Amino acid sequence: MPHVSRRRRRAILNRGLGIALGVAARAGLGAIGLGVRDADAQEAPDRDAFAARSVADALARLRILDVADSPDVLLDAPDIAENGAVVPVSVRSRIAHTDAIFVLLDRNPFPLAARVDILDGLAPDVALRVKMAETAAVIAIVRADGRYWRAQRDVKITIGGCGG
Amino acid sequence: MRIRATLRSGRIEVRVLIAHPMETGLRKDEAGNPIPAWYITDVTARVNDRIVMKTAWGTAVSKDPLLVFHVLGGAVGDRVTVDWIDNRGDRRTDEATVVAPASP
Amino acid sequence: MTRGTAVAATAIRIAAVLPGLAWPAAPAAPSTHEAIEDYRARIADDNPAELAVAKGASLWREARGPRGASLGRCDLGLGPGIVAGAAARLPRWFADTGAVMDLEARIVHCMTTLQGFDRETLIAKPFAGAAEPTTDIEAIAAFVVDAARGATIDVPQERPEEVAAYRRGRALFHYRAGPYDFSCASCHGSAGHRIRLQELPDLSRPGPTARATYATWPAYRVSQGALRTLEWRLADCFRQQRWPRLRYLSPVAIDLATFLGVNANGGTMDAPGLKR
Repeated sequence: MPHVSRRRRRAILNRGLGIALGVAARAGLGAIGLGVRDADAQEAPDRDAFAARSVADALARLRILDVADSPDVLLDAPDIAENGAVVPVSVRSRIAHTDAIFVLLDRNPFPLAARVDILDGLAPDVALRVKMAETAAVIAIVRADGRYWRAQRDVKITIGGCGG
Repeated sequence: MRIRATLRSGRIEVRVLIAHPMETGLRKDEAGNPIPAWYITDVTARVNDRIVMKTAWGTAVSKDPLLVFHVLGGAVGDRVTVDWIDNRGDRRTDEATVVAPASP
Repeated sequence: MTRGTAVAATAIRIAAVLPGLAWPAAPAAPSTHEAIEDYRARIADDNPAELAVAKGASLWREARGPRGASLGRCDLGLGPGIVAGAAARLPRWFADTGAVMDLEARIVHCMTTLQGFDRETLIAKPFAGAAEPTTDIEAIAAFVVDAARGATIDVPQERPEEVAAYRRGRALFHYRAGPYDFSCASCHGSAGHRIRLQELPDLSRPGPTARATYATWPAYRVSQGALRTLEWRLADCFRQQRWPRLRYLSPVAIDLATFLGVNANGGTMDAPGLKR
C-alpha cells in the first residue's frame, strides 16, 4: 500500500472499508500491517477515558480509532429496564484473540462503564450491571489482534409507579 | 462480597456480588448536599493465586454490582480470590472455593 | 361531551394534580408486560439483598450493645432463638409486651431488651439514607425473613388483639384522607390496574396478588439501591399519598401489616425479594 498519512488512512477505513477489513482480519490479514490501533499499546489504565462525557470522547481517549460492527460480538441486554439503576448487560466475543472488552452507555454522564482485560485463561464472556440515565444504546467493543469490533443495542428506561 | 464459583462445562463461572454505593458524584442527598463520587475503580480475580481477570470501572457500574466472568479449565476445589479497590483507596478481598453445580 | 371524553377530562385533571400518577389504567400491552417480566427474570438471581442477609446473620450472632449480648435468645414468636420460619407468622401478639408486633417491632424489642440499645435512637433512623450502608434493623430483617423462605404464610388470628389489629388494619386500608382523598384501596383495592408501567396488586382481599406481595417483603429495591422493609414501603405509600408521616412501629403501621399479612395467609414466603 502506498504511503498514506494516518489521518487519511483512518478516513478511508471509516468510510466502510472497516467491514471488509473486519472480514479480512478474521482471515488473518494482520500480517499485512494494516493495524489501525495506535502502536503504543493501551496497557495504561485508561483512567482518563472514564472521565469522558461522551462516547466519542471516551473512544478518543482510549485511542480506539476505528471500530467495525461485528455479528461476532454478542451483546445481550433487556429491551426495557424497569429501573435504570440496574441494567444487566452481557458481552461475549466469538472473535479469536479477544483481549479486551469495553462497555459504554450512550447519553450517560460518563459513558465508559467498564474495561475488562481478557487475560490468558479467561473466556471473552462477561456480564455486569450498569446504571443508565435514560433510554439509550449500550455499546460493547472488543479488541482482538489490535482491532476493534462493536455491537450495540437500545435499552428503554422506564420510571416506575408513583415516581420511585 | 458474595462469590459463587461453579464448575460448568469445563469453565469456572464466577458470580461476584459486591456491596458498594458506587456513587457517581452527581447526586444530592435529602438535604440537597452533593454526595461525593465513591466507586470501585479496579477489580482483580485470581484462581489459585494466578491472576485471571482484571477489570477497571467507572461510575456507570450499578450500586451493589454483579460481575460475572468465566475461567477456562479449572477444577472443583480451586480457590477463587477477588479483590477490589475504590477511588478512596478502600479495598476488600474475599475468596470462594469452586464447587460443582447443585443438582437440579 | 361524551361520557368517555368526560371521564378522560376528569382523568387529565386528576393527573395534572397528582405528579406522575395516571388514573388506574388498563393493563399494559402484552409485549411491554413480557419485556418487564424478562427484565425481572434477568436480575432475579444474584439479588443484592444477599449482602444484607449476610450482614444481618453476622449482626444476629455477634455480641453487641451495652449488654454485650447477641440476639441468639431473641423470641420472634416461635421461641427464643428460633429464626427459621418465624417471619411467616408475623405480625402476632406477644405475651411479654402484651401487644401485636410486626417483624421490625420485634427486632427492635430484642435489640433493646437483650442488647441494651436505646430504642429512641433505633427508631429515629431505621432506614439507610442515600449512599449509607444498610441499617442494622434492615440487615437483621433481611436475615430473619430469608430464614422463612419457603414457609407458608400463617399470620395468626387467634387472640382477640390479633383480630382487632386486622380489623383496624382493614379500616385503615379503606380510610380516605390527605389532599388527594386517597386510601390504600384507591390504588390497591381491585385487580387489573396500573400506574405507568407498574401493575398495581390488589391487596384488599385474600388472593394471589396479596400473597405474592406480602411474601416478597423485605426486598432489595433497585430504585432505592437498598434493602427496604415492609414498614419502609408503607411509609413510602403514605408519602406518595401526601398523608402525614407514618410513625415507625406505630399501631397504625402494625395494624396495616397485620391486615396485609392475614390477606396473604396460605402464600409462600419468598423474601428478601428483588423489586424495581
